Amino acid sequence: MLKNITMGQYYPVDSWVHRLDPRIKILLTVAMIVAVFLVQSIVGYALVLGFVYLTAYLAKVPFKMLMKGIKPLRFIIVLTFVLNLFFFTDGTPIIAWQFIRITDAGLTQAFHYSLRLIFLVIGTSLLTLTTSPIALSDGIERLFAPLKRFHFPAHELAMMMSIALRFIPTLMEEADKIMKAQMARGADFESGNLLARAKAMVPLLVPLFVSAFRRAGDLAMAMESRCYHGGDQRTRLRVLKLTVNDLYAALGVAGLIVLIVVEGILL
Amino acid sequence: MSLELKHLTHTYSAGSAFESVAIKDVSLTIEDGEFVCIVGHTGSGKSTLVQHFNGLLKPTSGQVLVDGEDMNGKDVDKRRIRQKVGLVFQYPEYQLFEETVAKDIAFGPKNLGLAPEEIDRRVRRAMELVHLDYDKYAERSPFELSGGQMRRVAIAGVLAMEPKVLVLDEPAAGLDPHGRDRILNMIRDLHSQGGVTVVMVSHSMDDCARLATQMVVMSKGELVTTGTPREIFAQQDMMASIGLGVPQAALLCLKLREKGIDLPPDLYTTEEVSRYLLTMWKEASRC
Amino acid sequence: MTDVRIEVQDASFTYDEAPEAAVKDVSLSVKPGEFVAVLGHNGSGKSTLAKLLNALYVPQSGRVLVCGMDTADEKELWNIRQQAGMIFQNPDNQIVATVVQEDVAFGLENIGVPQPEMMPRINAALQAVNMMDFAEHAPHMLSGGQKQRVAIAGILAMEPSVIIADEATAMLDPSGRKDVLDTIRTLNREKGITVVWITHFMEEAAQADRVVVASKGSIVLSGTPREVFSQVDTLRELHLDVPPMTALAHELASAGMPVSSSVMTVDEMTEEVLRLLCPSNSNI
Repeated sequence: MLKNITMGQYYPVDSWVHRLDPRIKILLTVAMIVAVFLVQSIVGYALVLGFVYLTAYLAKVPFKMLMKGIKPLRFIIVLTFVLNLFFFTDGTPIIAWQFIRITDAGLTQAFHYSLRLIFLVIGTSLLTLTTSPIALSDGIERLFAPLKRFHFPAHELAMMMSIALRFIPTLMEEADKIMKAQMARGADFESGNLLARAKAMVPLLVPLFVSAFRRAGDLAMAMESRCYHGGDQRTRLRVLKLTVNDLYAALGVAGLIVLIVVEGILL
Repeated sequence: MSLELKHLTHTYSAGSAFESVAIKDVSLTIEDGEFVCIVGHTGSGKSTLVQHFNGLLKPTSGQVLVDGEDMNGKDVDKRRIRQKVGLVFQYPEYQLFEETVAKDIAFGPKNLGLAPEEIDRRVRRAMELVHLDYDKYAERSPFELSGGQMRRVAIAGVLAMEPKVLVLDEPAAGLDPHGRDRILNMIRDLHSQGGVTVVMVSHSMDDCARLATQMVVMSKGELVTTGTPREIFAQQDMMASIGLGVPQAALLCLKLREKGIDLPPDLYTTEEVSRYLLTMWKEASRC
Repeated sequence: MTDVRIEVQDASFTYDEAPEAAVKDVSLSVKPGEFVAVLGHNGSGKSTLAKLLNALYVPQSGRVLVCGMDTADEKELWNIRQQAGMIFQNPDNQIVATVVQEDVAFGLENIGVPQPEMMPRINAALQAVNMMDFAEHAPHMLSGGQKQRVAIAGILAMEPSVIIADEATAMLDPSGRKDVLDTIRTLNREKGITVVWITHFMEEAAQADRVVVASKGSIVLSGTPREVFSQVDTLRELHLDVPPMTALAHELASAGMPVSSSVMTVDEMTEEVLRLLCPSNSNI
């Protein structure tokens, strides 16, 4: 049943990594991705892989789950590899046959770019697997809070995210019901070519949009009647507090960056 | 046309952590021309049950037979059967999508691949059946109608399929007394004048008392009993044990019988009770 | 004005581009601790009236005072909404957060309650609506009646003196309806919270201290449930339901049987029938 879908890909277990402050996790994820871009050699990638493996172990997240995130992007990863391989033509040719010309530098570049992409995906997966969507939106709101001075809508963005999260299951359920109702009137959502199928979606999408707008209107009124007036002078139930564990995590990532840099200089 | 359920069981998300049995071993026959009311609490499996009637849900085990034909059999064209059994969901007005009332009602017949003249005939007839004036409403947008009118458009959309059996899941939910009476009277007319077999899921014992020729009582996914309203409402203890009430008139009868007033045990409408009481009072005041 | 919680004085409200006023010259006052039901069918103006009481709408003529504060006074807006909490019809469309206790916190966050005070208030509110066991649940997994009770808790945590329910049970099944109404009645009785209960269900209005019947934007009947429901013919003209036993009494009375027109329940009817059919032993 659609009711049971889990939001995003959050892996709901209790672990050391799950308990980290979401702000720290967001910042460290960014730092780790930057670190990947500093990697120069295969040893460097091995270091990053080791770090990821360790984090996944600490987070009690199966390594398989991390790899799952790559699957939908495999086409882009292969494409990145192939494009770099064929179109980066500096360096010594390894293969030169008719118009095809593959160089050693091209091969290296292709590896670098696709590995970076893979680690980018793994890094963000690690974040979303161990941080609930609501904690994520909290973290984002508070990270960007200082930017409010420059009229950056940090609170509004976080509120939008959390309302979206709240209503996705409701709308999924509704979509399921409307779909069944139209099927009861002989609608066919499954056969036909792409165009026919797109057209068949109209009887589903129109009622869904109408309903979403109605819900939005109702919700706005309900929020207003509960004294909602934006982010000013608002207190929060959940407060984020840094703990000593957050420090250890930061030190861990800093260690990784140092290792990568040192390894880059030495080798 | 008959509709028969044989040992129907439905399990949601079978085999997963969310597995839950919605209906268990339900056998039931709905005869031609009946007005069947299905009653039971939320979670008793009523809504799951009716979605099997036209193949929107597949039984985990057991069969649904339409005119003796297994709906989920191998070579059965489901769309042909869906045409025989029309299903109106709860709050059906939320499925309207076309620019005009007529176009929305025509959606079903169009999916059947009918000729334009036939579609037009069906749209007009369906609107007549739900008491919506064709000239006044056909070209209006369904979204500017009142809630009750929108619901009637949605029901017309199912009627335009010209089903033999009309299944409605709480057709009066959310309507005020006036809207409720109009919808229920309309359904009553469809049954008595339009010759449609009606299956209605309801929470209101008073509505069942007024309309049903047969009742089906469900509890916790199982069929508890079936019978005429008179038979069902005479079993007040059984109904109370599964948390369902009986019409107040039936309750009054029980209380009066307990106090030694000689009323038949199976009265359940206000009209009947009123008639009996008046006769008794006239006799009593005569002597 | 401490003896009046809500005071509506000749208030009128017309929606933009509407040909007629949704609420016309309505006057109504609600005393502290009172449970007032506003009964009417769709389009009677009862929901508009509800929204006037919470300053969601401001009357174009006349005034609405909530705990002595004029709803037209923008300075008092948040105080009014905190004093007069409102629950709406659709259980889904008024829950903001993805976890029950965080939704209850929403109002508290908005009015700037300090964080350490929140948890005790949230727990007390959830306890009062009997939803403590669901504090960590996701709202979309709850039943309609449970969602409405969460909505009530969200209002309750703000410590209001009035709760306005705008057809809060219209979309619920009978057991959900009963749960929600029982919850509100308990709050009314035990915490002395004033209740304005907007509904089209006669059975619910029958449980109020006072029933106000709205039609076409005006108040047409007002009184105790017994007084109002004995007006069977008027209510039927307005397409409203009458308690079945009152209807039966009306029918018997019009056929000449001298049954009291104020009968509302099965027990009262039983007594009346016994009184009339066996006058000698009516006291058994």
